[in-house]
Amino acid sequence: MAKGYSIFSLVKHALRPSEPWPEAWEKPEPKSSYDVIIIGGGGHGLATAYYLAKNHGIKNIAVLEKSYIGSGNVGRNTTLIRSNYMIGGNTAFFEKSMQLWEGLSHELNFNCMVSHRGQMILAVSPGQVDAFARRGNIMRLNGIDAELMDRNEVMKELPYLDYSKEARFPVHGAIHQPRAGTVRHDAVAWGYARAASQLGVHIIENCEVSAILKDGDKVVGVETSRGKILSSKVGIAVAGHTSHVAKMAGLRLPVESHILQAFVTEPVKPIVHHVVSWGAELFYLSQSDKGGIVFGGHIDGFNTYTQRGQFHRIQNVMESATTLLPFMSRMRLLRHWGGIQDMTPDGSPFICKTPIDGLYLNGGWCYQGFKATPASGTTFAYMIANDQEHELNKCFSLDRFEKGKELDEYGIGNWAYKQ
Amino acid sequence: MRVPCPHCGERDVAEFRYGGDASKMRPTHDTGDLKQWHDYKFVFDNPKGPHLEYWQHVYGCRQWFKLNRNTATNEIIGGEK
Repeated sequence: MAKGYSIFSLVKHALRPSEPWPEAWEKPEPKSSYDVIIIGGGGHGLATAYYLAKNHGIKNIAVLEKSYIGSGNVGRNTTLIRSNYMIGGNTAFFEKSMQLWEGLSHELNFNCMVSHRGQMILAVSPGQVDAFARRGNIMRLNGIDAELMDRNEVMKELPYLDYSKEARFPVHGAIHQPRAGTVRHDAVAWGYARAASQLGVHIIENCEVSAILKDGDKVVGVETSRGKILSSKVGIAVAGHTSHVAKMAGLRLPVESHILQAFVTEPVKPIVHHVVSWGAELFYLSQSDKGGIVFGGHIDGFNTYTQRGQFHRIQNVMESATTLLPFMSRMRLLRHWGGIQDMTPDGSPFICKTPIDGLYLNGGWCYQGFKATPASGTTFAYMIANDQEHELNKCFSLDRFEKGKELDEYGIGNWAYKQ
Repeated sequence: MRVPCPHCGERDVAEFRYGGDASKMRPTHDTGDLKQWHDYKFVFDNPKGPHLEYWQHVYGCRQWFKLNRNTATNEIIGGEK
């Protein structure tokens, strides 16, 4: 078991290289029963286990991961964090997440490389500037930082964009959230896993759930590839495969699984110093510490569980990149990959109870799973421990479509062109 | 992915638009049962495996047709006009 990381442990291991660093988290055999089982060892599942142990004193927890830690969406996203939301229910939740990001490296004793480099969303019409002004005002009323920038200010900060008269989408301004930025996503998975393991949580890798066991309307455990494990409280945090796992409990959900692709170029010297998003098309990029430009766009557009992207979406994202940043036409693409994400009809997530007693759902994250990780873990842990919604997640319910309470922040659900 | 259009033959997926689950039945127009409409509009089977679905050949013949595709592999199992 790894003790705390510090300058002293660093020096000690540098001076004695023959003594290897201990494993960051333990790899125990599964017990026959636990107080709580979390299905899914991604960012959200690990964060939930950590906050259950730390905030609620429940330490007899198993996190069941079908592959290895960091193999899913926590290692496939574009690492962006932001809290520029304006709809009630989203605003406070994502701001809570931003506040938790700010202290996360200290909290976990793991350097998550949280970088508040700021995000600028570019407006490409006067109407969009007005819409961003409204968004910024609502954010500021909620205590979230936001600044409206005009074209000249944007030109100073982002001199590499296309400002020519021929620009297809002229830059009219931008909304800037200075505290937004990036976080090293692998470190989030490893940091939560290590911190949870130190509190006694069992992280069980290569353990795929094949059935959810019920007694009437009550959950009693799960059947896995490593045997039957019993628990009266089971949390599902498997975004991408939420429908697949929920079906084991007989649930049908407002979720479709779609592939979102991400891209990284060869490393170049520092040029993009912010997170830049675009108002003309769903497109966002940042530059990693290694120098690669990391960027992405829309989902491919049809439901699939394969992590292989389609070429027409690659072409579309490259067109966005070279339209906005002409210099990118001379760069080479190093890698691209896909992740399967839950898409919900309104583009907002679920953190809620289900019709089955003791079965809790965390999923439907659409494009916003990574940035939500700490707040998702906090509120999901609260809900599992207390069997009731936290103040911050009560809008993320499963019945919100029946009640006409959709949280349609951007109009980017699974059927974007219908909205 | 290559999509077999029953009218034009096999073409790249870029020529097509996806139209969703084709096994869903639209409730009759005079149905007052909101639960039925909710399930039709908002709830998805979303299976990991064979899925019967609508596609439209927007950059070709513009016809709608049904396709049976395995969502775990994107393999096309069959299609119908």
